[in-house]
Amino acid sequence: MLLPALVLLAAFTHYPAVATIIDSFMSTPKPNRPSVFVGLDNYASMIEDPIFWQALRNNLWFALATIPLSVGLALAMALWVNARMVGRGFLRMAYFTPTVLPMIAVANIWLFFYTPTYGLLEQIGGLFGLPSQNWLGDKSTALASITVVAVWKEAGFFMIFYLAALQSISPSLREAAAIEGAGRWFFFRRVLWPLLMPTTIFVLVNAVINAFRMVDHVVVMTRGGPDNATSLLLYHLYEVGFKYWDQGYAAAITVVLIGTLATVALVQFFVLDKKAHY
Amino acid sequence: MKCNFTIIRGAIATVAIGATVNASAQVTEVPFYFPVAVGGPITKYIDQFATDFNKENPTIKVAPIYAGSYQDTIVKALTANKAGTPPVASVLLSTDTFTLIDEDAIVPIDNFVKTADDKAWLAGFYKAFLLNGQVGGKTWGVPFQRSTVVMYWNKELFKEAGLDPNKPPQTWAEMTAMAQKLTKKDASGKTTQYGVQIPSSGFPYWLFQGLTTQNDVILSNEAGTQTKFDDPKVIEALQYWMDLSKKYGVHPGGIVEWGTTPKDFMEKKAAMIWTTTGNLTNIRSNAKFDFGVAMLPTGKKRGSPTGGGNFYIFKKATPAQQAAAFKFAKWLTQPERAAQWGIETGYVAVSPAAWDTVALKKYAADFPPATVARDQLQYAVAEFSTHDNQRVTKALNDGLQAALTGSKTAEAAMKDAQREAERLLKSYK
Repeated sequence: MLLPALVLLAAFTHYPAVATIIDSFMSTPKPNRPSVFVGLDNYASMIEDPIFWQALRNNLWFALATIPLSVGLALAMALWVNARMVGRGFLRMAYFTPTVLPMIAVANIWLFFYTPTYGLLEQIGGLFGLPSQNWLGDKSTALASITVVAVWKEAGFFMIFYLAALQSISPSLREAAAIEGAGRWFFFRRVLWPLLMPTTIFVLVNAVINAFRMVDHVVVMTRGGPDNATSLLLYHLYEVGFKYWDQGYAAAITVVLIGTLATVALVQFFVLDKKAHY
Repeated sequence: MKCNFTIIRGAIATVAIGATVNASAQVTEVPFYFPVAVGGPITKYIDQFATDFNKENPTIKVAPIYAGSYQDTIVKALTANKAGTPPVASVLLSTDTFTLIDEDAIVPIDNFVKTADDKAWLAGFYKAFLLNGQVGGKTWGVPFQRSTVVMYWNKELFKEAGLDPNKPPQTWAEMTAMAQKLTKKDASGKTTQYGVQIPSSGFPYWLFQGLTTQNDVILSNEAGTQTKFDDPKVIEALQYWMDLSKKYGVHPGGIVEWGTTPKDFMEKKAAMIWTTTGNLTNIRSNAKFDFGVAMLPTGKKRGSPTGGGNFYIFKKATPAQQAAAFKFAKWLTQPERAAQWGIETGYVAVSPAAWDTVALKKYAADFPPATVARDQLQYAVAEFSTHDNQRVTKALNDGLQAALTGSKTAEAAMKDAQREAERLLKSYK
């Protein structure tokens, strides 16, 4: 009964993963130079590749900023729209809209927000007499600019999980806490937060994966520029694989990327799991 | 990645078997990939071409397949080629010639040029458009959708600034001087209108090549094995570009987005812009003011790179398919059709004969700016292209962006780019 699923899994997940690892030890085949075993050569060229290191550095900053910001924002929004108030449905929808939009469309919208001299940010800045800023065209602001887009896109998605979790928490807990005289902050810290822990773990794992997986907006907004300031690992991998056709090296980067992600996910599950109440 | 190719190969093989069974014995199938890189209903035009061609040639069935951007199309074509079943023909960037040869994916067009008529046809193209497709004494690509860089200027803003609206700058010095008059600042000292704008996102090397050609230097040798990024003339050209912003303040600082440059022009945020002729139809229909199109100004001489796509024929197709694809290429580039294609899209019609057709003559008379790109062709050079093209080009792009964003000097940026290019090209010498 499980055979069809197993076959699909093997053909599309296990075999490619193993083949990628093998490819990463082989040279890139060319018409007159077949692929040969080169050992760790591809990994050695990775260590010598300054763009790889820059992409890795960019990606770490990107992850460090997007993960806490998007998760924190999601929790805050969920707590807010969970309360009873006028226009709650509308607010929830507004927060969720960025998630529904395709990333390509989002990136194009933001491209015009960031446009120098007449973009939205410039117009708002102009009202307050702020100097003109070329957000995406300046090495010091480009990475932060694309990070903001990612946070904007992701927070709404994570909010849905928090909202669902909040609604499954029994209202009697809140009443009991109120009778005991617990303040709102105390209630959040000692009751809500621990009960939300399983959701937080799930959201965190997703946020980490997304931080290494989202590149659509880079393709649309900066193509990794200026001078690699916004090149993320996956974007660099795409360039090596499908622009330079350097299959062996691309496989090596893939192995490193997947290895990193797997390690982080495992650590999250084992360490954070101990702190969660199911 | 190899794994993925294997699976795709399987899928394609299945489709291919299906196709062979279905096709009747006499009909030659020609799958044809094409990209869309400019505005307008391009797919509709291409489908119409294929339908008309198939009607005239009942034994051939050209099947056009829209494959995305130029980059998407070469990814698909080369992936299919590695899998063993590439398209029979495809439109790809003229600068992809070296890559396609190195991958052993295409055959020279000369293989099919046999009759006197064929020879006259191949000799009929503008020489500038053939350059990128000519390697090792052979012609590998047929010019199809080709463009070049031109300058657009806003006549209204020229008038406001006290300049003659019908006289665009002819030299670098004039461009700088005019741009200074055309740059406006508000009370707080913020620039609200720039004199000139040359985009630098994505593929800055293409526009930079305009500057280097004008400064009388060619960026690479014909064999595609040697670059000259650290030539003093190249550094000088880059310094001029940087100075427009840093020294004169007439050009926006940092990286200027390619995609929004036509919009900046239409919004009157830039009085003069450099961009492709392919934007002509777009700007013509959206600009609410009188504008002009001019050749790029001269430095030491006139110059501009060509750009756009060539028609290639793949090696792994059967001889019958290749012959059919050649017939289609020849049919597509007949003067009347090339003229029609140029009018519909804004691409430069690829042969002098096309410009002699009634349709194009009438179009040019109604809209004289359309002829500027053609007249500039006599000064045009091949678009920058080498072996391992995308990587070498990236080294140049990175260097240009580093200099334009101020993180390196022009000299350091070009020397670094040259060092990287030499490392990449070592194995091709």
